[in-house]
Amino acid sequence: MEMPVPNPMVIDQKSTLVARLTQALGEDGVIHAAEEVRVYECDALTAYRCPPLAVVLPRTTAEVVAAIRICADMGVPIVPRGAGTSLAGGSLPTADSVILGVARMNQVLEIDYPNRFIRVQAGITNLSVTGAVEGEGFFYAPDPSSQLACAIAGNIAMNSGGAHCLKYGVTTNNLMGVKLVTAEGEVVEIGGAHLDPAGYDLLGVICGSEGQLGVVTEATLRILAAPEGARPVLMGFSSSETAGACVADIIRSGIIPVAIEFMDKLCIHASEAHAKAGYPLDVEALLIVEVEGSEAEIEEQLACVKEVANRHDPMVLRESTSEAESAAIWLGRKSAFGAMGQLGDYICLDGVVPVSALPEALRGTAELAASYGLQVANVFHAGDGNMHPLIIFDANQPGELEKAEALGADILRLCVDVGGCLSGEHGVGVEKRELMEHQFNAADLSQQMDVKDVFDPQWLLNPAKVFPLAVSESRRGG
Amino acid sequence: MAEIITPGDEAQLAEAVAGAAGAGTPLEIRGGGTRVELGRPVQASRTLSTKGLSGISLYEPGALTLVVKAGTPVAEIEAALAAEGQILPFEPMDHRALLGTEGAPTIGGVVACGVSGPRRIQAGACRDAMLGVRFVNGRGEAVKSGGRVMKNVTGYDLTKLMCGSYGTLGVLTEIAFKVLPKPEAEATLVCSGLGPAAGVAALNTALASPFGITGAAHLDARSLVRIEGLAGSVAYRTGQLLGLLGAGWEAVSGAESTALWREVRDVAPFAGRDGAVWRVSVKPADGPVLSENLSTAGLDHAALYDWGGGLVWLLTAETGDAGAGPIRREIAALGGHATLVRASAATRAAVEVFEFEPETLARIAAGLRAKFDPAGILNPGRMRG
Repeated sequence: MEMPVPNPMVIDQKSTLVARLTQALGEDGVIHAAEEVRVYECDALTAYRCPPLAVVLPRTTAEVVAAIRICADMGVPIVPRGAGTSLAGGSLPTADSVILGVARMNQVLEIDYPNRFIRVQAGITNLSVTGAVEGEGFFYAPDPSSQLACAIAGNIAMNSGGAHCLKYGVTTNNLMGVKLVTAEGEVVEIGGAHLDPAGYDLLGVICGSEGQLGVVTEATLRILAAPEGARPVLMGFSSSETAGACVADIIRSGIIPVAIEFMDKLCIHASEAHAKAGYPLDVEALLIVEVEGSEAEIEEQLACVKEVANRHDPMVLRESTSEAESAAIWLGRKSAFGAMGQLGDYICLDGVVPVSALPEALRGTAELAASYGLQVANVFHAGDGNMHPLIIFDANQPGELEKAEALGADILRLCVDVGGCLSGEHGVGVEKRELMEHQFNAADLSQQMDVKDVFDPQWLLNPAKVFPLAVSESRRGG
Repeated sequence: MAEIITPGDEAQLAEAVAGAAGAGTPLEIRGGGTRVELGRPVQASRTLSTKGLSGISLYEPGALTLVVKAGTPVAEIEAALAAEGQILPFEPMDHRALLGTEGAPTIGGVVACGVSGPRRIQAGACRDAMLGVRFVNGRGEAVKSGGRVMKNVTGYDLTKLMCGSYGTLGVLTEIAFKVLPKPEAEATLVCSGLGPAAGVAALNTALASPFGITGAAHLDARSLVRIEGLAGSVAYRTGQLLGLLGAGWEAVSGAESTALWREVRDVAPFAGRDGAVWRVSVKPADGPVLSENLSTAGLDHAALYDWGGGLVWLLTAETGDAGAGPIRREIAALGGHATLVRASAATRAAVEVFEFEPETLARIAAGLRAKFDPAGILNPGRMRG
């Protein structure tokens, strides 16, 4: 993976830069010692590392403004960072960049139940948002697997999803407003507690722009009244194709479950060994379908779901009968990624395919894996076609990482070829940057980069991400 | 009468736009023509019609996915969806009665104007249902953003940027939507006689409940709360809500309920009445506050509330600035925005139709227009100069 050559002029100015940042943010707001900046050398895509020139940890929007103005003045690239949980290398630094971490800005600023919103500083963790409102019976819907750790700032940057977005949507559908510091250090309020935009939908384009259009310091989020209850049903099938067909039929039946999760055999066995959720070990594929509502409503919906499932001859069809059983079913799913660690190192992909193409995509993935001689486990949000193939490899063997990455690229190309896309919720970052031309042509990418030109004329915000380096080169030059 | 260009496909449309860009000829973009009066009047000698780009490109009911060409009539889309027991989630308003226009509304017009109806509070707005777009920018280049899948964070979300940009950033050629199953049953709880403050407070009590409210409106001294879903579930939630909301509420269902929401969606009480119509977006609880403050400020008006009070329709006398002064002052204090949706062309040219944008945002908006449409030929002036 290639990154732009660091600008030696910027690196030469490090002492001046650190002095100015320290003056603005105080000693404890700036990290610059070589051994300390190393903590920020990567995010959750740990295969790629590079210590930044310095790190700033502002406490207020005013400090973000000060840091950005200094960097803009000196032509220093800025890499925004939430909690550093990006799987796509969204906050991977370059040697000439300053990491701008918002982790210290983690306060709840306002909760308004009658109008159903919460205003928070962007460094707050996803789960803390729900934590702040659940006492009153509310929740914040997007629930990425990393929700205990990941920050709202990163959720906005990547437009994060989660297991329950089939019903509730992803971050962009639950984000009402932001306070944004522009690349020139100006503060703007976009959106707010009202329900639609004035003028162009800038909020819509900022969400998912991977920290390239500005730094979000505050967010207004929609909160929802929590349902009375929820219950999952677990079903096992003799083939992945049958499970895939069952997913399409459930959706077709007129029910929108809150979640439809898929796991294949490799994943089921790893999860079961890890979480002991009581998953059936003789099936080829497993679905977890969850519905919500009162007891009677749950019964009504599950009756429909089970009726559809029975048409596909499930080997197992088990409805949770207790809170503990429901928790166990979900524990198995939520610990799947961790459990896969037992099988070796892995790369987690994030492609999306049309639900109708799931069987084709699963078959194609298996064929590609076999041709590379690597194992691929599948665990994903089936209701929306968001696949997460896990490619298992041995990082200690020379060449294995490269082989796994090449397989990953082929699988993502397959997703695009069957009508899907490269990323459903992790973002492009550096990981899928060079694949963008498989999904978009020159005019498509040019129009996207035009937007960056408008927000960040110097291309200082996270410049080496999203767009293929060769494609963005002339613009990054300023 | 302006010359009308009607390309038969995206390539022809791109060619027409490129030609206009080269010659510096402004184009008025037109779908069915039922919403052309939204926004500021456009000065253009030529009209570019999307009528030749019509039809459903792809419809997969099992994937809840619909891809349509921009000039497709909304009625054709709704009929195709109904045949499969599905709907457009965001319940787009039909502007014909309110604006006194004729013709067949197109889906491109819905998207360009960012039109969403009562179900927006639960199922999301037009932009939330959009999975991807194809459009032709002001340089005559065909561009795509997003795709046809439910989740997509690949590249910037220009799809949302196109929604509600009134044809000033590009001419939409194709749009992909997420659709939803048509609810098996619906019911509306109705209470007559509450004032706006008490009515909106009741709506928000309902919206803060776990009962999945899909409509919450207050008009003509009637407060309305809608629930939709499986029949058993609707019956259960009706009972729960009647208990929660207290005395004075009764439930109607079926066609009677459907008719009520058609009225709300299309702002029927203001159709055929003289005067200017404003559309205001505020925090739900601020809806009645806005109306009270306007009365205190001496502005004669009528008000309707949708979205639990967050969407306010105001009818004012079309004299002077049609109420722009007091409305803009109140919005500045409360937060939100106001758009003048119905007034004569003269009034819409004289009064700022859209909310004032802070300088930085205005600069970004102007920068985007300059990038997407460097020659300034697409609906020039419709949003802002």
